[in-house]
Amino acid sequence: MSNILSLTTFLPILGVLLLLFIPKESKGVLRNVTLAVTVVTFLVSLLIISGFQTNAEFQFVENRPWIAAGPFIMHYNIGIDGISLWLVILTTFIMPISVLSTYTAVEEKVKEYMICLLLLETGMLGAFISLDLFLFYIFWEVMLIPMYFMIGIWGGKNKIYAAVKFFIYTMVGSLLMLVALVFLYFKGIQAGITDFSLLHFFSLKLDMATQIWLFLAFAFAFAIKVPMFPLHTWLPDAHTEAPTAGSVILAAVLLKMGTYGYVRFAMPLFPDAAHKFAPLIATLAVIGIIYAALVAMVQEDVKKLVAYSSVAHLGFVMLGVFAFNVEGITGGMLQMLNHGVSTGALFLIVGFIYERRHTRLITDFGGLSKQMPIFATVFMIVTFSSVGLPGTNGFVGEFLILIGAFESELRWWTVVATSGVILSAVYMLWVFQRVMFGELDNPKNQKLTDLNAREIAIMVPIIILIFVMGLYPKPIIDKMDPAIKKLVAQVRPASFAVRSAPAAIPAAPVALPAGHSEAQMPVGQPGAAPMPAGHSEAPPAAPTAKTH
Amino acid sequence: MFDNVWLIPFFPLIGFLFLGLFGKKIKNEAVIGGIGTLMIFLSFLVSCGILMQMIGLPPEQRVFEKVMFPWIHSGNFKADMAFLVDPLSVVMIMVVTGVGSLIHLYSIGYMHGEEGFYRFFAYLNLFCMSMLLLVLGNNMLVMFIGWEGVGLCSYLLIGYYFHKKSAGDAAKKAFVMNRVGDFGFLIGLFTLYWWFGSNHNIWTVNFTEIKAASHLLPYGGVVTVATLCFFLGATGKSAQLPLFTWLPDAMEGPTPVSALIHAATMVTAGVYMIGRMSFVFIKSPETMMVVAVVGAATAIFAATIGTAQNDIKRVLAYSTVSQLGFMFLAMGVGAFSAGIFHLMTHAFFKACLFLGSGSVIHSMHHALHKIHAHDDAQDMRNMGGLKAAMPITFITFLVSTIAIAGIPGFSGFFSKDEILWMAFANPYHGGLNIVLWGIGAIAACFTAFYMFRLVFMTFFGECRINPKAKSYLHESPLTITIPLMVLGFLAVVGGYLGMPKLMGMLPNYFEHWLDPVFEQANHYGAKYAHAGAHPSHALEWGLMGLSVLVAVVGIGIAFTMYVKNRELPGKFVATFPALHRAVFNKWYVDELYDYLFVNPCKAFGRFLWKGFDVVVVDGVVNGVANVVMGFGGIFRFMQSGYIYNYAASMVLGVVVILGYYIFK
Repeated sequence: MSNILSLTTFLPILGVLLLLFIPKESKGVLRNVTLAVTVVTFLVSLLIISGFQTNAEFQFVENRPWIAAGPFIMHYNIGIDGISLWLVILTTFIMPISVLSTYTAVEEKVKEYMICLLLLETGMLGAFISLDLFLFYIFWEVMLIPMYFMIGIWGGKNKIYAAVKFFIYTMVGSLLMLVALVFLYFKGIQAGITDFSLLHFFSLKLDMATQIWLFLAFAFAFAIKVPMFPLHTWLPDAHTEAPTAGSVILAAVLLKMGTYGYVRFAMPLFPDAAHKFAPLIATLAVIGIIYAALVAMVQEDVKKLVAYSSVAHLGFVMLGVFAFNVEGITGGMLQMLNHGVSTGALFLIVGFIYERRHTRLITDFGGLSKQMPIFATVFMIVTFSSVGLPGTNGFVGEFLILIGAFESELRWWTVVATSGVILSAVYMLWVFQRVMFGELDNPKNQKLTDLNAREIAIMVPIIILIFVMGLYPKPIIDKMDPAIKKLVAQVRPASFAVRSAPAAIPAAPVALPAGHSEAQMPVGQPGAAPMPAGHSEAPPAAPTAKTH
Repeated sequence: MFDNVWLIPFFPLIGFLFLGLFGKKIKNEAVIGGIGTLMIFLSFLVSCGILMQMIGLPPEQRVFEKVMFPWIHSGNFKADMAFLVDPLSVVMIMVVTGVGSLIHLYSIGYMHGEEGFYRFFAYLNLFCMSMLLLVLGNNMLVMFIGWEGVGLCSYLLIGYYFHKKSAGDAAKKAFVMNRVGDFGFLIGLFTLYWWFGSNHNIWTVNFTEIKAASHLLPYGGVVTVATLCFFLGATGKSAQLPLFTWLPDAMEGPTPVSALIHAATMVTAGVYMIGRMSFVFIKSPETMMVVAVVGAATAIFAATIGTAQNDIKRVLAYSTVSQLGFMFLAMGVGAFSAGIFHLMTHAFFKACLFLGSGSVIHSMHHALHKIHAHDDAQDMRNMGGLKAAMPITFITFLVSTIAIAGIPGFSGFFSKDEILWMAFANPYHGGLNIVLWGIGAIAACFTAFYMFRLVFMTFFGECRINPKAKSYLHESPLTITIPLMVLGFLAVVGGYLGMPKLMGMLPNYFEHWLDPVFEQANHYGAKYAHAGAHPSHALEWGLMGLSVLVAVVGIGIAFTMYVKNRELPGKFVATFPALHRAVFNKWYVDELYDYLFVNPCKAFGRFLWKGFDVVVVDGVVNGVANVVMGFGGIFRFMQSGYIYNYAASMVLGVVVILGYYIFK
């Protein structure tokens, strides 16, 4: 039980070893073995939920010496808290679905494809469980490579351009992050920290200028991954060209690396800088929401439309996270999961019709409801989940983000962001109407077959999750609540220093020790106590502003 | 019984799930329709039980909350899946389940033979569940589930004939316009939540808690902002200016849908919401005025359009918009119980009218189908003289028309007259009162006119249907006529529940019933109400007479133009062609919105995509790539491929940084 995180993470690698012994030609066996491996991984990961204690501590921790090269001491240090728990589960949940979606879609180089998928899974899981900054960086890079191949080899017409664009974009960010990481490490050594352990860096006191530079480097890397406006242009290309499973994983998990990076690293490591840049990031997030919605509206390719809708959804996540309060960050975390489920499902849906018609142009479709009633129902449910209809998962996250951001300093940003709910309805319902409603006049569409058993099996778990997370999100929220409260406490005290003394960059280090030592304290207590104070602190200035 | 309140939305939910999952396998329409109808009827029985129990309680104990399970709890925010039973929600559940049951029954006959019969009943059940959540929710968030849920069902049911492009367009338009309103609802909710939380550390979206704390709210200021946002939500859902254009298009849905959703229940949600939060709304005199003015303006605006439409359902649609305007006028002048009363009577007579029009369309369609004619079965110019063929439909329709026109003795008279009187005599709007009353009275005149125009064109005169089809016209089956008769009966007697005090024959049961709900609001209102001289009884009688007079005038004009002297409408059109065109084209509001919002949005989106994304951002990216490639050409001899290239640059980077630190 104590090694369960490692087991979950490296099971897919075992699967890869297994695949190596299976001949290339037995595609069926390759597929089934891969599916079995991912299902087993998922089942094992369920043990993590059952063993997870609802507190703010990192759990299932493993800490072993790994590399010691001169001044660089890296540990194999892993563990999860409520924040990473659900992202791990999301990853293991989405993998079998992705594998199942490739059964008829990928016929060439099946073996290599499956190996890519499994490597990718290990990379993603590793990134979520790493508590060592260097280990995180390694996994972060590991994810990149299988994805690059998936787009470049199994992609569509424009695959090379898309793959290279994806690679370069992400590499630029990664390199910046690496530089910042090394820089941070040396800062740590000066302060007596002897390894790359994230928990040690949380207690590091950095002056404002350093924080700003480091935050910018990390934030830039993560912003590319999210992706935030205006660094999003790799996403539509990558999504459109990637094979279905690639798009699903890209949307469901890889993009979360960016937002997770903010929550896990950029914000708690550099809280003052994070506060300083919150208005800028919120502005970009809100622009992203509106911008992506408007662009999604006029897309002619269904897959591109879904890709742009991702940008809008992730904009909501960023807004919530930078509200710096429990509601906003909880909403952001939920929205990450919701986006994984709903947008993953949308890409699967696009995959279904692409496999049948080999086109993704909206104008090639119309009236499919008549021919494919089960597909229509599934598509409709997912559409409304993506739109954030109350009762589905999309609503809970979006609502908490908006209400959290509204309570914070980001009130006006929230008002603009809320108008995104109108636009999301416009583009999603419009595409649904053009694909599913109307006359079934294209002869090619008249021969379409409805979803088969395998495809239904793919969608049923997703649909169940859509409703469970929409109607009873309590278990999920409860498990991550302590960790989020701790995070809020970690990033809050510094913010007061900044807020109460706007010109107080030299003063910040004075205020910092208190905040950071609090983060080191055992859980619960710091989160619970300062809460009401924090809330009564902020608003009094605001009502006057509002009534003017 | 109160404890069982959850059963009310639960039955239709079961119906929805059952029919949605297994309906396709059931081939027997009677079974499908029976299950759908039974489920909502069971809800009706439970509602009756709750009503009975509540009647037995003293007024101050008529509030009950039932928490089902915790829903969203995070940080300060708490919203449970919970229900609130009070006199207001009881009125609403009675209307929804009562009228809902009748319309389900009606649909069995009306939808006979339609493709996707089960789908229709599944959606109808889902709608009822959402509507019941909306009216029973004890907090704004449960209300919001219902609020969006009814929007979803409206979308599904308007788009029921999805193969028609117009139906798809109408469905999308309805949902999007509702979403514009939802935007307002959400911002209003945020504002109120944030204000209470930050100023008084009361973090709540629960109605009873807000009510208990409502004395803390200031008059105007932040309350105005919040309530105006909520009101934006109401205009979307209840099709008021400026968000009304979706409702007439929504007539693309099957007629029972128009009756249930777009007349009796869903569109009244905005009125209900203001009633539910009356204690907040009344604290903003500005919002109250806006509500009253928008209501009055919508009442007259939609009534004018109603006079020139030829599609029987469109006339009724504009009539609904106009009547909803009356309800908002009532809310805006602080006559909350009058507004809810009109909501109820309107549910009776308008549902009856829609179902009656459905009966006519059904018969017309059937007859035209028999002779394979493709004439429009909904166009009143193809009708006429139907009263002989369809006596039950005719009588119930006529009764309801008299009710909506405001002839004394019928339900619409009592409710509408009370609204007009309160518009005149309310203590809140000073000099504006006379204007509000005047507009309301003119709108009432228009109402009488277009409704009787409809009756005369449809049921009187010679039959203009294709002569061959004439013999196929027939009265509708019992499943259709029974709901008509029940609703027609209610359209007559429903008004006696709320007789004005002036007449003194019966106590105003309805107002007393809702007293505990609106007491607080009236109390707050008294703070800024100006104490004018109480208008005399003579004045009240006089105004009542006047409102009857305008109704009679409206009927008279309709009679002259459409029965006695039938070339008059043509002459009128010939004399004022521009005016007629403007009215007929709904004052070009749709075109205006396309011009102002829809097209610019699309153009802007296209610009951002092709202009910004592709040219600016990717231009930079590709430019950088080209520069890198140029350098790459120089360094090419050092590397053999991309990955190595990258690995080397990684190492280089590390070395450079290390070097900097070692040698600095």
